[in-house]
Amino acid sequence: MKKKKDITIAVTGLNAIDSPGPGISVIRGLKDSKEFNVRIIGLVYEILEPGIYMDGMVDKVYQIPYPSTGFDVMLERFKYIQKNDKIDVIIPNFDAELMAFIKLKPYFKEMGINLLIPNKEQFDDRLKGNLNDYGDKHGIKVPKSESVHSIKELEDEIEEFDFPVVIKGKFYDAYIAHSIEQAKEYFHKIAAKWGTPIILQQFIKGNEFNVTAIGDGKGIMVGAVPMRKTFITDKGKAWAGISIDDSKLIDMANNIITKSKWPGGMELELMKEDKTGDLYLLEINPRFPAWVYLAVGCGQNHPEMLVKMAMGETVEPIKTYDIGKMFIRYSYDMICDLEKYANLSIHGEV
Amino acid sequence: MKLKKSIAISENGFVFNPEIGTSFTTNSLGVAVLKQLKNLTTKEEIRASILKSYEVDGVTCEKDLDDFLRMLDQYNLIED
Repeated sequence: MKKKKDITIAVTGLNAIDSPGPGISVIRGLKDSKEFNVRIIGLVYEILEPGIYMDGMVDKVYQIPYPSTGFDVMLERFKYIQKNDKIDVIIPNFDAELMAFIKLKPYFKEMGINLLIPNKEQFDDRLKGNLNDYGDKHGIKVPKSESVHSIKELEDEIEEFDFPVVIKGKFYDAYIAHSIEQAKEYFHKIAAKWGTPIILQQFIKGNEFNVTAIGDGKGIMVGAVPMRKTFITDKGKAWAGISIDDSKLIDMANNIITKSKWPGGMELELMKEDKTGDLYLLEINPRFPAWVYLAVGCGQNHPEMLVKMAMGETVEPIKTYDIGKMFIRYSYDMICDLEKYANLSIHGEV
Repeated sequence: MKLKKSIAISENGFVFNPEIGTSFTTNSLGVAVLKQLKNLTTKEEIRASILKSYEVDGVTCEKDLDDFLRMLDQYNLIED
């Protein structure tokens, strides 16, 4: 039997809450790896991210500053972390942190840290506010969308839409508005949390599907698994889902990854319109989804593939996966001693 | 009328559409009808087999079978 290679991987997104970050799913995939013996470094913004306290998930945890604190502060923190724990690969799992990691990437390279993430242009192209252009560029159907920065702009632009209209934040959150009053209410709600622009998107009536996919950055899709949410929380998050057999969804993912030469994980959110059966692209999330462990369960270990490619290895595409595999989340009260919490509060690491 | 090739039917009445991930349950007669549809049996042949195996009059059988087939269509289990 081939000896597993020792590797240290840092992962963000340990917020395994009701709107979960992908960190724990990514870690579970890495721990299932047949090629790597992984040491996991958890990178957290908040000291109550549940993944910190889950048994067998992280070997070490460092609190890191929010990107809003500035580039230099982040860089200094990572220099310190790298001095203590030699990280081979970092897998960022939040949309909102990705721009900071894109800027840090050349410095990480000097430090010996590898990443497989999109560049600024690839990241910007798929922003929700640019989705119409993205659709035109790649020949993909996208619901009509407009970005607005103020209530005045919203009032002007929404006249071009038929209700219901989806009101979306630039990174997270989406609400369906059935009137101008509701649209304004959701504008304020999202803007207070995530800032502007807010995206107005034409509502498409149909079934929503998602694809978790991974590209090698050279135009090859090395893996993709489509899923339908079978239980959705009030935040619109999948609490259960099932892998499905739909070649159109795989083709859409392949088209996007090939044309954009996407490096790393991505999640596509797609809507199949009831009336026409047409497939619309709603969003491209520039990282693995929180349900990426379903792909592992279906026979495609996307986190492991990402690590191999980040380390410069070539990964052969996997085109098969198990159909009809389900995931179901659960909530669970962990009983934790205060020690870990206290150490993290005082020292910023544990 | 033809059942989509990919539809999985288990003996206990669990029906799974792998294209969109939906699932349904049906009784033993439903399973029998679905299997016949999968084997490209015509509606008339299915009706005849039900009349032969069950105590039911022709009109009721026709109506119930039509309802069932309509439901299969609504649930996206039928292909043209």
